[in-house]
Amino acid sequence: MQLKRRSFFKLAAVGAATAISTPRSALAWQSKAPADAFGCLMDISRCIGCRKCEQACNAVNELPLPVRPFDDLSVFDEKRRPDATKFTVVNRYHSGRVDDDKGLPVADFVKIQCMHCQDPACVSACITGAMSKKSNGAVHYDADKCIGCRYCMVACPFEIPAYEYHNPLTPKVMKCTLCETLLSEQNKPPACATICPTEAITFGKRSTLLKLAKKRLHDNPGRYVDHVYGEKEVGGTSWLYLSNVPFAKLGFLKLPLKPLPRLPETLQHSLFSYLWSPALLFTLLGGVMYRNHKQQTLQHPEQPGDVS
Amino acid sequence: MSHHTPQHVPQHESHHVPYNPLPVKRPLWTPGVLVMLVFMAAGAVAVVFRFSGGIGAVSNLTTARPWGLWVGVDVATGVALAAGGFTTAALAHILGRHHYEPVIRPALLTAMLGYTFVVLGLLVDIGRSWAIWKPLVYWNTNSVLFEVAMCVMVYLHVLYIEFLPVVIEQFQGRVSLPGLLTSLNRPVEFFLDLADKMLSKTMWVFIIAGVVLSCMHQSSLGSLMLIAPTKLHPLWYTPILPLLFLTSAIAVGYPMVIVEATLVSSSLDTDNEMTVLAPLSRITISLLSFYLLLKVGDLLLRGSWVYLFDGTFQTNAFIVELGLGVITPLLMLLSAQRRQSRRYLFIAAALIVGGVILNRINVFIIGYTPPVTPDHYAPALGELLITFGLIATLMFVYRVLVTYLPVLSQSREEIPS
Repeated sequence: MQLKRRSFFKLAAVGAATAISTPRSALAWQSKAPADAFGCLMDISRCIGCRKCEQACNAVNELPLPVRPFDDLSVFDEKRRPDATKFTVVNRYHSGRVDDDKGLPVADFVKIQCMHCQDPACVSACITGAMSKKSNGAVHYDADKCIGCRYCMVACPFEIPAYEYHNPLTPKVMKCTLCETLLSEQNKPPACATICPTEAITFGKRSTLLKLAKKRLHDNPGRYVDHVYGEKEVGGTSWLYLSNVPFAKLGFLKLPLKPLPRLPETLQHSLFSYLWSPALLFTLLGGVMYRNHKQQTLQHPEQPGDVS
Repeated sequence: MSHHTPQHVPQHESHHVPYNPLPVKRPLWTPGVLVMLVFMAAGAVAVVFRFSGGIGAVSNLTTARPWGLWVGVDVATGVALAAGGFTTAALAHILGRHHYEPVIRPALLTAMLGYTFVVLGLLVDIGRSWAIWKPLVYWNTNSVLFEVAMCVMVYLHVLYIEFLPVVIEQFQGRVSLPGLLTSLNRPVEFFLDLADKMLSKTMWVFIIAGVVLSCMHQSSLGSLMLIAPTKLHPLWYTPILPLLFLTSAIAVGYPMVIVEATLVSSSLDTDNEMTVLAPLSRITISLLSFYLLLKVGDLLLRGSWVYLFDGTFQTNAFIVELGLGVITPLLMLLSAQRRQSRRYLFIAAALIVGGVILNRINVFIIGYTPPVTPDHYAPALGELLITFGLIATLMFVYRVLVTYLPVLSQSREEIPS
């Protein structure tokens, strides 16, 4: 192999120039959370477990009808999770709370769906940007960009995105859409919030909902646990929860308060913005190679080192 | 038939094995090869089920467990074990240790086939295989996976280019296509000449690029799990995961070459390259020590060593990974005298390779704990058949290519002049 002095220096110069012109450290990580996002506040103390939200969700998203009808409350006997055919489920918990009058154990109901994180891990992870956080708050999935790597599912701290594992060629990631089309085309709240007969789900701007949640905490001392789940968890979520029972007893995960994309994105951008580190490494290795090559050619002038 | 004059006889260390890569002149259809064919056929059946019934028809993957055997072994382990390609290239070509050239071609072939099969494994694993080109158009530069995919794609092509001289060497001046294709002899000959000329001037760019690209995506494979701090067991979840992946890949490069060279030379009766392998194992001592230092330092600094005594399956997997896969072979390699024993060297190198395989399996499978739905994932039969089928196909293609191309060094044979 002939390592031409001229061509080497040309490339080395380009590499060095790239390395130097790069900002010393990439800009500090910044949250991309939309300022004016919509969201839902779920008040667990108001939920009666009627499953109307599940039914409305099923209808509006045109999902297959479940084997057991929506008025069958025996589904509460086991804990369910959202999957490729249901974007939301309600689970029943017995936290040990007892009815004041009759002394009977009281059930609490928790609705689960995509939390629509403010800085979603799935959006950061997605290889093609098929997952995106809209300014209206929805974490949107675009099947046309999806390659089916399922890294979003690995990344999601709530274990929400489900997959059409039995579709051989065009499977989709399945999850709550925040009824985005209802919102953008008809200016309507999500179907689950509209149908809820006890107003356990309130739809609105996330900032307004946070104020409302704080007001309920303030106005009803002793009724709620002093925590708005989703205000700070993983940097904040568009779905917020108020509860009269400690969240840990209702299957809520204790999560870090920092947005999950922060560490990997900081690392990636400080290492690879403008490809400064690969350019630098290329230049260094090229220098070493050139030096060794030259030394060996000097030692054996009649036989240029062959590296092909 | 006169063979090409070997072009790679080391100039300055002529007392070592003369380096003379030749096609292997042994029958291809051995019992071993037939066993490979059985695995390939079984894997092919599973692939048919995968593409008719979906991923769910052949795997135990779920919402809670989206990545299993295919990502952990076919992709992550495949990439790690292909590290011999860039580590030997760096040693012989960039650092100028031409003494190591006999192992370059087999290592390069392993890397080339390894990455090819990583892509084939991905085609099975991703839900929309036909959409694999989409990251080229839709970029998410925040995504670690995007960077990994780009590097792997470019590096795969770099590897093909690096391997091209081997093909040129075999066929240049001797192209004779059968039947109707004879008219193409001259164009192909012309192409080989042209490629030869161009590559001899530019190969250094590809060699360095190969090392740079490898450093980038070997480390980024570790960064993949940084997005899931609540899912990966604290024994493995650390901000320096990318550094650990890079250093372990670099450390496993030469042991992988040793394992492979020993297996190949004993099964194909080719040149036994101990004069190259023993010094390679000496370099491995410092590389592996550095990895061990990082790994232990990380345990102590983050305080995650407290988990070491809880007796869970995950902890035991970690102890085996570090104890049997790093510390034991490191101690074994310390004796200069024993490093000269082919058998001893093979065992030590195989332990290191096993340690890195277990590390990747630990990070992507065993240490992965779905926080809501604790599962007991074990790969389904279909997953196993596809993975073993891919490995068997890789070995088969390797066997075919060394039969027809000058890859393996053969000084025992008489060199026709």
